This record gives sequence, structure tokens and C-alpha cells, in this order.
Amino acid sequence: MNLDYLTDGANWAWSSSDSFPHRLLEHLGYTSLALLIAAVIALPIGLYVGHTNRAAVLAINLGNAGQAVPTLGLLMLMLALLGLGLLPVIIALAALAVPPLITTTYAGLRAVPAGAVDAAVGMGMRPLQVLVGVEIPAALPIIVGGLRNATLQVVSSATIAAYAGMGGLGRYLFDGLAVRDYPQVVAGSVVVAVLAIALDLLIAGLGRWSVSPGLRLSTHQTS
Amino acid sequence: MSLLHDIGDYIQVNHGVIGTALLQHLRLSLIPVLVAVVLAVPVGWIATIHVALRHTLFTAGNILYTVPSLAMFLVLPGLLGTSILDETNVIVALAIYTLALLVPRVAEGLNSVDPLVLQAATAMGYKPVRRWATVQLPLALPVVFAAVRVATVANVSLVTVASLIGIGGLGGLFTRGFQLGFYAPPIVIGLVLCVGLAIVLDLLIVALQRLVTPWVRA
Repeated sequence: MNLDYLTDGANWAWSSSDSFPHRLLEHLGYTSLALLIAAVIALPIGLYVGHTNRAAVLAINLGNAGQAVPTLGLLMLMLALLGLGLLPVIIALAALAVPPLITTTYAGLRAVPAGAVDAAVGMGMRPLQVLVGVEIPAALPIIVGGLRNATLQVVSSATIAAYAGMGGLGRYLFDGLAVRDYPQVVAGSVVVAVLAIALDLLIAGLGRWSVSPGLRLSTHQTS
Repeated sequence: MSLLHDIGDYIQVNHGVIGTALLQHLRLSLIPVLVAVVLAVPVGWIATIHVALRHTLFTAGNILYTVPSLAMFLVLPGLLGTSILDETNVIVALAIYTLALLVPRVAEGLNSVDPLVLQAATAMGYKPVRRWATVQLPLALPVVFAAVRVATVANVSLVTVASLIGIGGLGGLFTRGFQLGFYAPPIVIGLVLCVGLAIVLDLLIVALQRLVTPWVRA
């Protein structure tokens, strides 16, 4: 493996718009925008299905089938329908994140001990209070696990934005490939992989922090 | 309506290419699963008996799993000494992902077997090797099969990414659509066949699972 491109300081200079820092920011921008849109769509559906247990089979099967849809194909279809630009990229990336977010939000709510929900209802909490005060905090570690999985897929797939004429770290892969500049390809690959691992660790930390203090106590006592 | 008509025309002219792409796609998605299953059983077994090694194996798997597929396809030729257009790169990359997914599940499945069942087998005169192969492993299979289903569906989708480097089964239909100026018919055909292939393979694995674990049938 030739790491020349990666270790060349000129490729890290802030002054050049084609340098790693700019491409990293673009990449993070696509990733967070797609995740945000996916969360706005998926969380309400997952919470509704998990809280009421209505339409669960439909939601889970659609979620699983959704994971079989190749993002690249979806991107191409969106490009064919909408033309070049940011919108088709974000739609394809958000579509990638919606199924895992729905299925894990649902699974998280279903995993909340029925006794805790019953106790909350018995104490006079309204359905929305039960959801916000008991179910979501208890389900949060599993939901964050789903977010972790979704982030991993989106940050990795955001490289295809470059295929649609946009920026991001995928530029190094496609530009390098086009002119057979393999050090550039290797550099892009390494930076994407390191970014993915860093985000994964960050969200894993978030997951540990998201465990509600009450639950943390009970797991300490039992283990 | 005209899109359907165009799709029909495209299939009529290109059915040979589509068939070849479908076969290549099937090959590129399934060989990694077979390789990974064969490797995951012994590695998962080692993880159940060696705690320190288990931690290392799982961490390594997690890290490998986070490496984006396109990056993996592009870096592997340099490590393996293969040409960038070699199908081996795709097969090795997907086998690595599948293995990273399967090993923890195999270990988890083996560990989840009720110790009383194992003690009963020992009491009935099963020697360790026979007990492992005929009692513990079969009882771990449902957990393993669940992971194989996830990995297979993921592989069918991941193979298309390899089309960006010139190999990619049905993904080739996507890049074809791109080269034709975002012509929708090949893209739609590729999408439908990909999802269809994933569903068919998933159903086949479920059928195989019912066949080899008849005792779980409820």
C-alpha cells in the first residue's frame, strides 16, 4: 500500500478546497443531514409501533425488506428521476438509515419490562408520559444501538455522493480511480475507514452514557 | 406506462446480459457466505473456550465491520496482490464482513445452550467431541441461521457497490443506466432483481433451517 497521498501535508492544507479537512466536513454534512431526516421519519413510526404494538408485523417486514434495497441502485434511480444534485444523494442515504432506525426503536420499546410500564400506568401517568418518562429512557440504549448501525452504513455509503457529482471523501475514490492514481484511492479509503471507526466509538460512548441512572443501578446489583 | 414499456424493451434486447449479471451476483453474494460459515464455526468455537481471545476476536471483527465496502474493495488488491478487476477482491471483502458478523453469533449460540442438556449428554456417555458436534452445535444453529440470513441479505446489497470498480453483477445495470445518461429501465430492473434475489435467498435459508433443525418447529 502506497500512503504518499495520505501523508502529503499539501493534501491537508485548509487553503485548498480539495483538501482532506474540506472533504471530511462535506462528508460529515451529508451524513448528518441524511441521519437527521431519517430520524425525523423513523423515530415517530418506531415509537408509535412500539408503544401501541399496532402494525408491528408490517413495519418490521417493511424494515427488513428495505434493508435489501441497494443504496447505489436507489441513488441511480433518484438521479434518473430528479437529476444531479444533493437531493437525490440525501434521499438515498436517508432511505438507508430509516429501516434500521424503525426496527431498533420498535425492538427497544418492546424490550421495556412490562412491569415498569404497568407501574407507570398504575401511578396515574398518561400514555404520552409513560412513553416519554419510562419507555423511551429504558429503550434508549437499544435505540442508540440502531443509530450506531445506521450511522455506520450512511457514513460508508456517503462516498457515493461523489458519483453524483457532489463532494465528500468519495471524491478521492472516484477521482483516483478515474486517473489510476492508487495512492489517492488508498488515502480516501483510509480516511473514510478511520472516520467510520471514530464515529462508531463516539456513538458507542453515547450509548453507554444514555443508560438511565436507575437502570445502571439495577444492572450493577444483578451482575 | 412508458417506463414499463421501456423496461420490457430493455429486457427483450438485453436478457442475455441481465442473466449473466444475475448469475454473477448470485456467485458473488453466496460464495462469501459459504466461506465465512465454514470459518466461523471453528473460530466461534475457539471464542467460547478462550475468553481473552474472544475479546480480541470480537474487537477485530467490529473494526473490520466498520471499514466501508468501497474502501475495502479498493484497498484489498494492494494487500492480496490481485488485479483490481479480480472477483476475488469482492469475495474476500464480503467474506470478511460475513465472518465479522457470524463469529460473535456462533459463540453466543454455543454459549446459550442449556448446561443441563450438555450434562445430560455427558451422563449418557457422549465424549466431548461427539457432544459438541451432535448436541451443542445443532442447538446453537437457530442463532447462527439468524445471523446467516442478515449477512446474506446484506451481501446481495453490498455486491452492487463493486460495480463502481467494474465488477458487480446486477450493480452493472445501475452503472449502465448511469452511462446511458441516467436511463431508468436498467436501474429499475437491477433494483427489482436485487430485492427479489435477497428475498428468494432469505426464504431458501429459512427452508434449509427448517430442514436441519426440525425440533424447533412450533
